[in-house]
Amino acid sequence: MSADRPNQLFRNMNAKVAAIPMIVTALFVFVGGTAWTIVYSFTKSGLLPRMKWVGLDQYERLWGTKRWLIAIENLAIYGLCMLVLVFVIGFILAALIDQKIRFENTIRTVILYPYAMSFVVTGLVWQWILNPEFGIQNIVRGIGWESFTFDPLYTPEIAIFGVLIAGLWQGSGLVMVLMLAGLRGIDHEVWKAARIDGIPAWKTYIFIVIPMMRPVFITTLVLVVTGIVKVFDLIVAQTGGGPGIATEVPAKYVYDMMFRNNNLGQGFAASTMMLVTVALIVIPWAILEFGGKRSND
Amino acid sequence: MTEQANRLLDGPRGPKPKRVFSRRNIFLYGTLLMVTIYYAIPLYVMIVTSLKGLPEIRLGNIFSPPMEVTFEPWTKAWGEACTGLNCNGLSSYFWNSIKITVPSVIASIIIASVNGYALANWRFKGANLFFGILIFGAFIPYQVMLYPIVIMLRELGLYGDLSGLIIVHTIFGMPILTLLFRNYFTSLPEELFKAARVDGAGFWGIYFRVLLPMSLPIFTVAVILQVTGIWNDFLFGVVYTGPEAYPMTVALNNIVNTTQGVTEYNVNMAATILTALVPLVIYFVSGKLFVRGIAAGAVKG
Repeated sequence: MSADRPNQLFRNMNAKVAAIPMIVTALFVFVGGTAWTIVYSFTKSGLLPRMKWVGLDQYERLWGTKRWLIAIENLAIYGLCMLVLVFVIGFILAALIDQKIRFENTIRTVILYPYAMSFVVTGLVWQWILNPEFGIQNIVRGIGWESFTFDPLYTPEIAIFGVLIAGLWQGSGLVMVLMLAGLRGIDHEVWKAARIDGIPAWKTYIFIVIPMMRPVFITTLVLVVTGIVKVFDLIVAQTGGGPGIATEVPAKYVYDMMFRNNNLGQGFAASTMMLVTVALIVIPWAILEFGGKRSND
Repeated sequence: MTEQANRLLDGPRGPKPKRVFSRRNIFLYGTLLMVTIYYAIPLYVMIVTSLKGLPEIRLGNIFSPPMEVTFEPWTKAWGEACTGLNCNGLSSYFWNSIKITVPSVIASIIIASVNGYALANWRFKGANLFFGILIFGAFIPYQVMLYPIVIMLRELGLYGDLSGLIIVHTIFGMPILTLLFRNYFTSLPEELFKAARVDGAGFWGIYFRVLLPMSLPIFTVAVILQVTGIWNDFLFGVVYTGPEAYPMTVALNNIVNTTQGVTEYNVNMAATILTALVPLVIYFVSGKLFVRGIAAGAVKG
């Protein structure tokens, strides 16, 4: 296909010039920056990066730090719950909206609008709603249930779930939209055939429709997971990592180490760990999705 | 024969008459109504809280509508709210956000559209490799690249400055936008491109006179995507700018989470709405195009 397109070197000069920003970004920022951080994660950098090699010291210290372990644990809890719930909620909402309902546009608009708002805004709104003095707890007590307690943001053990509520509210609309697009992409004949065979709707969804939507699920998964690993502003705004260090997450640990505690080495090591986490998910996906196609280029 | 069989299996033609209040409908619309209310409540709470006076907030319930509507929290959030020692409200940070967003959006869209065009129509050796790296770059956690960029900006003398942040937004907008434009230009019929070539149009001629006029929708999608993304950014703002140049999101967080003095919940909520206003307006006005923008993130190359 591309053979009959102009191929001579001089004719492509303009295209190459146009691609310079991309090439510079790809090489210097993405590859160069990542390599730089990884290399310096093996050094004793403090206030400023210093090329003093210390091997795996930073990593050993990292995995011996309680704050980092809590951050990892939180990310695991938040990530797992978020992943499962966002998919369940997103898919169910998409399936409900796909029932040829009225007011579809209105409903979709309302479910998706949180996604247009920043994590800072999301965090602050939910900080207010979950405020025990004025928010939900206060209202339920006002109704007459005096002993009702619901103050996740002030209880270290469950604080991360308070963040989860906000995260779900903000992000489930996105999954709903992507799932809805996936559902709409399924041939009507599939539904007809299933109905003829007398298969109940829920079974059709689980055994026929969802497997057919595999590509949509996978791309959504990659989007959701990379979003989860990056979670930062939501925490900063909603809890500031507190109470105490109960809602610390890796991204915040990195930021604090690099720009507040003058401990660059720790920041580099922690961010490299984040990179590893993402790579573990993105690389298998990339091989699955693009592995076969590469040979055609 | 098969057609007949199909028709038989299809049953009677036309939609089946439905009862409005069937059990299914009650369940369906009931659930959707509850869900919609749940999603709408935070916005509602923000608005009513921002319109109440502080005494009323202390007494009452966050869901109740204001007994006495006051716009004082709004003016205070705009002009007097304090971030630390500085009590100038959000207004100057709003302008910062504008000064960051407008050039970043323009720069990133120009660069990415030309680049996507080069990738789609003028493939050259190595293009796919760099494009692949770029797309992979979109998945690298920003934290990994934060500090190297600090060094680069410091070398350029732009660290802590608005222009530094603009460069950062342009860089990180590139993967998704390039993908968006490349896919769009690839989807256009190749004959257009060939005909223009035959007529003697060059690289820029084709871009400006053939592709640009027919690409308005995709540019709109890109603008929506970038404006909301850059306006909502917090991480880059807090890392690459100093207190004077903070974007609105960072200032908002400082206003609300400041521990000094009495917490004025109504002012906080007014400030929160003010910060959310630009993306919200874009969202409600743009409708389907916004959805197209986020779906673009899920489209594979």
